[in-house]
Amino acid sequence: MKIIVCVKRVPKTAEADLFIEKEGKDIKKDNLVFALNDWDGYAIREAVRIREDYGGEVIALTVGPEDSKEVLTRCLAMGVDRALRIEEPPAIDALLIAKILARAIQDHSFDLILTGVQTEDDGWGQVGVALAQLLGIPHASIVNRIEIENGKGKVKRELEGGLEELLEVKLPALFTIQTGINEPKYVSLAAILEAEEKEMREIGLEELGLTSKEPLYAILERVSFPPAGKMAEILKGTPEEVVTQLSEIIKKKKG
Amino acid sequence: MTEIFALVEHRQGKIREITYEILGCGERLAKEKGGSLTAILLGFEVKELAEEMAMRTPRVLVVEDEKLKDFNSLYYQKVLSSLFSKYQPLLLLMGHTAYGMELAPSLSVELDLPLATDCIGLSFEGERMKVLRSIYGGKVMAHMTLKEAKGYMVTLRPGTFAPKPLEEKKGGIMIEPSPLQEVTDRKRFLQYIEAPVSGEDISQAEILVSVGQGIGGPEHLPMFEELAKILGGTISCSRPVVDRNWLPKERQVGISGKTVKPKIYIAVGISGAFQHVTAIKGAETIIAINKDPRAPIFSVADYGIVDDFQKVIPLLKEKIKGMMGGV
Ligand SMILES: Cc1cc2nc3c(=O)[nH]c(=O)nc-3n(C[C@H](O)[C@H](O)[C@H](O)COP(=O)(O)OP(=O)(O)OC[C@H]3O[C@@H](n4cnc5c(N)ncnc54)[C@H](O)[C@@H]3O)c2cc1C
Ligand SMILES: Nc1ncnc2c1ncn2[C@@H]1O[C@H](COP(=O)(O)O)[C@@H](O)[C@H]1O
Repeated sequence: MKIIVCVKRVPKTAEADLFIEKEGKDIKKDNLVFALNDWDGYAIREAVRIREDYGGEVIALTVGPEDSKEVLTRCLAMGVDRALRIEEPPAIDALLIAKILARAIQDHSFDLILTGVQTEDDGWGQVGVALAQLLGIPHASIVNRIEIENGKGKVKRELEGGLEELLEVKLPALFTIQTGINEPKYVSLAAILEAEEKEMREIGLEELGLTSKEPLYAILERVSFPPAGKMAEILKGTPEEVVTQLSEIIKKKKG
Repeated sequence: MTEIFALVEHRQGKIREITYEILGCGERLAKEKGGSLTAILLGFEVKELAEEMAMRTPRVLVVEDEKLKDFNSLYYQKVLSSLFSKYQPLLLLMGHTAYGMELAPSLSVELDLPLATDCIGLSFEGERMKVLRSIYGGKVMAHMTLKEAKGYMVTLRPGTFAPKPLEEKKGGIMIEPSPLQEVTDRKRFLQYIEAPVSGEDISQAEILVSVGQGIGGPEHLPMFEELAKILGGTISCSRPVVDRNWLPKERQVGISGKTVKPKIYIAVGISGAFQHVTAIKGAETIIAINKDPRAPIFSVADYGIVDDFQKVIPLLKEKIKGMMGGV
C-alpha cells in the first residue's frame, strides 16, 4: 500500500487573543502557536496503522511556507516514511490547494490518499473531495473507520446525529478522515530523533508547471470580527461575586 | 430568467431540516434577483416528499431512479451535472452537511464552477456572488467574492438561515427523466448503522453540565461530575472529549452526537463551534464558562463567566451545595 496524506500547519486560535493585520486581509500570526491540523493528525495515524497491517509506504504532503517543515517533521516522527513540502503561492483558496496537490500526485502511483475532513483555520471542508475529483478517483468524506479488503476500502461515514453508513469504495481512493477514528499515540523522543534522518523534499510551484499567480475561484476581500450582536450577559465582579450571581440564576431557572 | 436551484436533503424517508433553511435563503436571493427558485429532489419513490416540497416552493424538479434510493455522491453528481447543463441555473445551494461535504467539492470541479463552502451569508452584487464565512473557529469572519462565472455553488452552514415558511399556493412538480444508466462499483452504499441506544440519555436531561476540550484532561472530570450531582443534573461534552476517550460517545452533544433541550445547559471550556451549538438551540438557559472573552459560545449563551474553570467550578460547587442545604 502506498498512502499519501495531505497535511496543513495551522495556528491554534481557540484560546488566543486575535488581532487583524493592517491590510485587513488576515489576522496577525506572529504571536500565535502553530501545530498540525487536528484532523490531519488522525489521518497520519490512520495511514501509519494501515501500513503496519499491509506494508508499504506513507508519504506526507503539504502546501505551505518554510515553517510548515515543522509539521512535516512531526509527521515523520509519527511514523511517516518521507515528506514533501510544496511552496505556497501568495494568494490561495481551497481549489488552488487541491490543484497544486493534484499536480504533485498525478504522475505517481498510489493506493490511498487521506486528508482531514477540514482545517481548523479556513475550514473549507473542500480540499480533499476536490482533489479526488481532480485525480479522477472515488472518495468518501467524514470517514471514521477504514478496512481494506481485496482492493477495496470498506469505510464508515458519519452522517448526522449518531447515524452512520457503510460504503465500499474501489481503490485507489481518497478518504477524508474524521477525528476520533483512532487513538492518539505517544510520540517518543527516539522517534523524533529518527525523524531528522528521514527524507524531506521541498519543491517550488514551477517544478509542477504552475506559477505563483494562478487564478482564484474564491477571493478574500477582507476579514472582520463578528458583530457584537446578541451576546451573553457577562457576570462581573470577583470570582466570589460572580459565582454568587450565577448560583442565583441557576436556582431561579431550575424552577 | 435567473434560476436558483436548492438541493433537497432527505434521509430514510424524511426531509432534513437544513432543506427549509436552504429554501429560505434561496427564496430571498431569487426575489432580489427577480428570478425563480426550484427545489431539486433526487431519490426513489419520493412522491410524498415531492408533495411536501411543493408546499414550500413554487417548483419542484424530481428525478427518480432506484440508484438514487440512498445517497451516493457519484450518482447525485451525475444527475446534478446533467440538470446543470440543461437548465443553466445561476446558483446551486446545498447544506454544509454530510450531503454537501461529500458532493459539492467534486461537482464544482467537474462543472468548473466556483464553490464557497460553509457560508453564513450570501448576496449578489451585480453579477458577482459575495459570501460571508466564519473562520478560525468562529472568531473571525471572511468577506469573499467568487470569481465571475456562469454559475455558482454555495453550501450553507446549518442553523444559520431562517427556514422557509409554507407557500400559500402549492407549487408545481416536474418529473425529469433519470440520466443514470450503468450501475457503478466505484462507490457502493452498503447499509446504515444506527447509533446504539445505551447508557445515559442526555437528550432527556433537565440540567446538563457540559465539558469541552478546554478542561485540559480527564483528571478534571470529577469536579464536573460532582457539580452535576449537586445540581441533580447530568454530564455531557463536546466532540474532542469523546475523541480523546475522556467520556463515552453517548455523552456527546452536537450534529454528530445528540440534540439536547435541557432547562439549563452549562458549557465549560467549549468554544462554540456550529457543529456543537446547533444542537443546544432548544436549551432554555445557556450558561458559558470560558477564559476567552471572544469565544463564539458567548454569542449563543444567555449568561457568561470569563474566567478559568479551575477558579470558578470549585467555588460554584460550594455555593450551590450551601444553597441546596448541603446535598
Ligand atoms: C463533520 C463534523 C462533525 C462534528 N460534530 C461535532 C459534534 O457533534 N459535537 C461537537 O462538539 N463538535 C463537533 N465537531 C467538532 C467541532 O467542529 C469543534 O472542533 C469542537 O466542537 C470543538 O470542541 P471544544 O469547544 O471542546 O474545543 P475547542 O474549540 O478547542 O475549545 C476549547 C475552549 O476552551 C476554552 N478554555 C481553555 N482553557 C480553559 C480554562 N482553563 N477555563 C475555561 N475555558 C478554557 C478555550 O478558550 C476554548 O474556547 C464536528 C466537526 C465536524 C467536521
Ligand atoms: N495547504 C495544504 N496542504 C496540504 N493539505 C491541505 C492543505 N490545506 C488543506 N489540506 C488538506 O485538506 C483537508 C481539508 O482542508 P479544508 O478544505 O481547508 O477544510 C485538510 O485536513 C488537509 O488534509
